Amino acid sequence: MLSTDDILETISMIREECLDIRTITMGISLFGCCRGDEAHLADRIYDRVTTRARDLVKTGDEIEKLYGIPIVNKRVSVTPVALVADGASPDTFVAVARALDRAARELGINFIGGYSALVQKGFTDGGRTLIGTIPEALSVTERVCSSVNVASTKAGINMDAVAELGETILKTAYLTRDAGSIGCAKLVVFANAPEDNPFMAGAFHGIGEPETVINVGVSGPGVVASAVRRAGECSFAELAELIKKTAFKITRMGQLVAREASLRLGVPFGIVDLSLAPTPAVGDSVAYILEAMGLEQCGCAGTTAALALLNDAVKKGGVMASSRVGGLSGAFIPVSEDAGMIAAARSGTLSLEKLEAMTAVCSVGLDMIAIPGDTPAAVISGIIADEISIGVANTKTTAVRLIPAYGCKVGDTVDFGGLLGEAPVMAVRGGSPARFIARGGSIPAPVHSLKN
Amino acid sequence: MKAVISVVGRDAIGIIAKISAECAACSVNILDISQSVLHDYFTMIMITDIGAISIPFTEFVDRMAKLGSENGLEIHAMHEDIFNSMHRI
Repeated sequence: MLSTDDILETISMIREECLDIRTITMGISLFGCCRGDEAHLADRIYDRVTTRARDLVKTGDEIEKLYGIPIVNKRVSVTPVALVADGASPDTFVAVARALDRAARELGINFIGGYSALVQKGFTDGGRTLIGTIPEALSVTERVCSSVNVASTKAGINMDAVAELGETILKTAYLTRDAGSIGCAKLVVFANAPEDNPFMAGAFHGIGEPETVINVGVSGPGVVASAVRRAGECSFAELAELIKKTAFKITRMGQLVAREASLRLGVPFGIVDLSLAPTPAVGDSVAYILEAMGLEQCGCAGTTAALALLNDAVKKGGVMASSRVGGLSGAFIPVSEDAGMIAAARSGTLSLEKLEAMTAVCSVGLDMIAIPGDTPAAVISGIIADEISIGVANTKTTAVRLIPAYGCKVGDTVDFGGLLGEAPVMAVRGGSPARFIARGGSIPAPVHSLKN
Repeated sequence: MKAVISVVGRDAIGIIAKISAECAACSVNILDISQSVLHDYFTMIMITDIGAISIPFTEFVDRMAKLGSENGLEIHAMHEDIFNSMHRI
């Protein structure tokens, strides 16, 4: 029997604490589109995506009504385009990006991910071409997201890619300068990129995935924050236990919705990503969870420890709640999408260096961080190299989504609007790694990658 | 199959009557009601059986929401699965 308290708790989570399903993402393989002429590749991709995801938005809306839980986004991720369009001209690559954008508009989804390349061991022709077209592709499209996997624990770090991406990010910032350099908000550089991540901008449909799949990303930082606040002055063990149980409940929502979506769409269920993903909305902040745990402001001493506890407890609770967990599955710390992070960055408590430390214990990386528009490419590459090294050395996913906001300096605010939020421009430490970055080649894989 | 209907709003005469009438019209059987009036606020939770519901559940959700907004109440109908999945191992 359902108890009144349980019912009220669930209702309160949804109505007051911003519990929602952050995304239902359909992953679609584009490999079948390789067969045929180059001239019609973009059309084949458009047809495939719009056919398979035709009922995605409608189904999401139906499930939303059925369970009374908001399903905020419906999205699509595709096979990394560098693989699918390998051998094609740069113009064809951009045409594919446009086709993906059109498909997204036709479907009524706000983002489509997968304009991506996997170059962790070195460049394929397709990888090289795609990376070269990223600035243009992101400036002529609205809804396309791009990512490049430049490293893995097994392969090491492709430093040529890291060096190039510093330039790519600056160029993308320049080409989208009239929109707050928003192109950079749709570009992620990864180490150990997950193949089944449902969240943008890093979502792509991995090469080991089936033809079509449904992945769900839940979210509930507000729920966790409320639970922590209600718990008052309890011990660490009690705090961890509480977060674990709350994460269980949140993830169960995702599991329920994923199963229902899979059933209705006739598409296999992939994974639930149990990440705590904030939004700029009041009460939906990961930073506020850390502050509820006892930190004066996110970014002060103790932040990394608190985040480590949070991230671990979220995983432990979530894993029990779902039959298949994947994606990023941890706490997100995107600066522009978290009211508490924005406040902490503005007040100077939260620095880029502290964020880097935090990424060692949570799931995303240096995410949605605006830096001065005149940051040199080599410095951007240095920041990428640092973040990627953390991922490679610790066999975890790390990523960089930096926005060198054109024409902006420390103290300015860049406003992207909507879910991407607004970002205070953060300071980057001085000193140049140009000679280091220019060395060329790859940083070898760490010894502990030899697990056989 | 069950659904939970939650009602929150200013207390007024006839709330329960209106909601039960709507349920009856849709062949939804009310199994349990728990309600309280705190100060001027009315809150109610109804457990209902939607096994024989005569319209699609999503339409019932809309009808309940509309009834709510017409009477200054927030009425949400939710499928029991959401509560079961959250609170049971």
